[in-house]
Amino acid sequence: MSALLFALLVWLAAWALNVWLAGSPVAKTRFGKALVPLIFGATLLVLWEGLVRGLGIAPVILPAPSAIAAKIATSLPMLWQDFAQTILKGAIPGFLIGSGAAFLTAVAIDRSPFLQRGLLPIGNFVAALPIVGLAPILVMWFGFGWESKAAVVVVMVFFPMLVNIVAGLQASERMQRDLMATWGASYLQTLVKLRLPAALPFVFNGLKIASTLALIGAIVAEFFGSPTFGMGFRISTEVGRLGLDMVWAEIAVAALAGSLLYGIVALIERWMTFWHPSQRH
Amino acid sequence: MKDTTNSAPVIEAKGLNLVFQTADGPVQALKDVNLTINRGEFVSFIGPSGCGKTTFLRAIAALEHPTSGTLTVNGMTPDEARRKRAYGYVFQAAGLYPWRTIAGNIKLPLEIMGFDRAEQDRRVAQVLDLVELSGFGKKFPWQLSGGMQQRASIARALAFDADILLMDEPFGALDEIVRDRLNEETLKLWARTGKTIGFVTHSIPEAVYLSTKIVVMSPRPGRITDVIDSPLPKERPLEIRDSREFIEIAHRVREGLRAGHHEE
Amino acid sequence: MPVLTVLGLILVIWYAASVWMNSTWVYDQAERAGTMVSFAEMVPQTMTQERPLLPPPHQVGAELWEGLRLGSGYEVFLQSADQPILDRLQATLDHVFSKKGLVYHGYVTFKGTMMGFGLGILFGSLLAMAIVRFRVMDMSVMPWAIISQTIPIVALAPMIITVSSQMGLTDRDVPKAVISAYLSFFPVLVSMVKGLRSPDQMQLDLLKTYGAGEGAVFLKLRLPASMPYFFASLKVAVAASLVGTIVGELPTGAIEGLGARMLIGSQFGEPLIMWAALFAAAILAGLLIVAVGIVERLARKRMGVPA
Repeated sequence: MSALLFALLVWLAAWALNVWLAGSPVAKTRFGKALVPLIFGATLLVLWEGLVRGLGIAPVILPAPSAIAAKIATSLPMLWQDFAQTILKGAIPGFLIGSGAAFLTAVAIDRSPFLQRGLLPIGNFVAALPIVGLAPILVMWFGFGWESKAAVVVVMVFFPMLVNIVAGLQASERMQRDLMATWGASYLQTLVKLRLPAALPFVFNGLKIASTLALIGAIVAEFFGSPTFGMGFRISTEVGRLGLDMVWAEIAVAALAGSLLYGIVALIERWMTFWHPSQRH
Repeated sequence: MKDTTNSAPVIEAKGLNLVFQTADGPVQALKDVNLTINRGEFVSFIGPSGCGKTTFLRAIAALEHPTSGTLTVNGMTPDEARRKRAYGYVFQAAGLYPWRTIAGNIKLPLEIMGFDRAEQDRRVAQVLDLVELSGFGKKFPWQLSGGMQQRASIARALAFDADILLMDEPFGALDEIVRDRLNEETLKLWARTGKTIGFVTHSIPEAVYLSTKIVVMSPRPGRITDVIDSPLPKERPLEIRDSREFIEIAHRVREGLRAGHHEE
Repeated sequence: MPVLTVLGLILVIWYAASVWMNSTWVYDQAERAGTMVSFAEMVPQTMTQERPLLPPPHQVGAELWEGLRLGSGYEVFLQSADQPILDRLQATLDHVFSKKGLVYHGYVTFKGTMMGFGLGILFGSLLAMAIVRFRVMDMSVMPWAIISQTIPIVALAPMIITVSSQMGLTDRDVPKAVISAYLSFFPVLVSMVKGLRSPDQMQLDLLKTYGAGEGAVFLKLRLPASMPYFFASLKVAVAASLVGTIVGELPTGAIEGLGARMLIGSQFGEPLIMWAALFAAAILAGLLIVAVGIVERLARKRMGVPA
């Protein structure tokens, strides 16, 4: 019981500290902006640990963070193998191929308003569909290896990317296209110098959505068949054996991978669209 | 400096008509427009919205295509003239690309037209100096004030040395004080470069202050109701706006606008 | 019209692809039987396989129709014409629940989606209000809310289900709703935060000159201003909660719901079941989006915003 009390006290103290920090000038600094959420996250962990210990929750229901950390430390090679299989071989190639294909398709249909008017509503609709449902079919086609996982990811990211890129290509202002016309710019010049840069914020918006979809696709596809490693495989088998500490370890890796992928996309976005109002501070 | 007394016609419109097909039926944007603009003139187009002043400017730049009549620029069709880089166009908004620096923006038309690197740099420096923005080349547009952005867009239009400068309410979005200064600078620029300038505005003082020729237009259908040749001297300090001649011309423009209004 | 053309094109490609993909099996069979098949003989055989790699559209359509017909119980409804209407409805519903056709599975998924959607809206809106009101909430919680979406929730799904059954919750509705809500709260949260912050300083100052308190500012300005943002987020949210529900039905052990049908089809090597479930899910998604769209339009009309 004392562990729980202690955790609650830590939580309250940290919350009070955060309230004070948020009201102080520190909150305006970069350091403060990173510190406050970090304190919040850390106290969540403390609270979790206290809850598990204080209430004596069985590890088959919720293992303590310390137990999960211990599990991660002892099973690094296995986690790495799963990570490589699911993220490096499944999610990332699929993400790149799917986004690339969407980009090429968008540019290809750019000159045909007819195709755009036909494809866009369908693309919008398909983007809202539960495409994960294709996973079993693609696993049947491409086998249990990483290829089927990459294929699921390709299909999942394709439509949201397509819709975003097509919208982005239409984002340049009429006046700027007129200017290009007064200079006698060719279609290609207008595309490269004006419309593609103007489309970048939309492209990155799509990439951010796609980066989370990629992980979902790669993991779900493994539920339908995989070699005897991979994050989805590990999660579903460990859940069956009630090895929840291992499941949480995989989740921690997935969370890290997801945040990392998103973070990388966001960093590139910052670098390439520094000029966009949303990136200026 | 070019010879500005040369009176060869640069832009000639004869019986020009332009009809837009809209959802509510055809709209006559320009009706039977006849106008000759000579080399080195500063011509203002003034009138209420819908009078076709912008449409006419866009037709000169080959951004719109007349339904009938003839329109020649330097003796060519507007499309040919555009390919010969006959005009620079300045819009109401600066329309600078936010991902390019000021220098990069001015370089953009030069890149498209295939100037080499060294020439690009030389011209950028030259026009930045012309609009008094030297030292701001490395800034991004959003780091500059609205007036400075508009000056940069004028520099961009000047960079490839077209004879004709078409300006569509370039200072319409700026406040009066900045506008006065830019008007003065535009006149200086015109005197220094000797370009032919077509200038759309809805401000009577601006039109009278800047122009050698004022074209008064009326809407529905868009047409020319009066063409006024200004007797004001080439040297025009801001104070000229209090002189009697200035007030007389302004009065005539106002009368012209009112007459066009009554005919509806 | 362009949409129809593209749809037609997709159908053509689909047929061509199913001929191409299913032909391998035909040739294999022929080789085993020691016979030769010509192209003209092969094509019809690719259209009628029991376990095709890629079923042609009409096969999927037939399976889907079969599932809907058997499951909807409309025959029961028609045949019992002599009985009182309530009894007929009752009999029809009984039929739907006993037959467990696609209609029933669709209903199970729909129910899960609605629960998750409701929870997601509730949670997302409340969190948004707290974040807009308290600076410390904004600074502490908002970054984690964003990070939460980069974590593939599907990794959590099997565990949420196992844990809830460990805790004595045998019903699968709760874990499914939790997963679904986790996916759908985020769009609502982001839009609501944006919407609640959308009134500009001038509007806020105006209310201040009226002597409005914080509560009044919230009720009279912030909340109404956020509504268009709120409704705009619902389409995304409902699609997300459907994905969440289907994923929640995937892990082993589930027997009801469209996600479970996909898993069963996959495990028993019955492509037609998978395809029918997939299309049923697509139809459900379409219906949900249309329904949310109608709600959005009605709400906009009531608030006087041009749709």
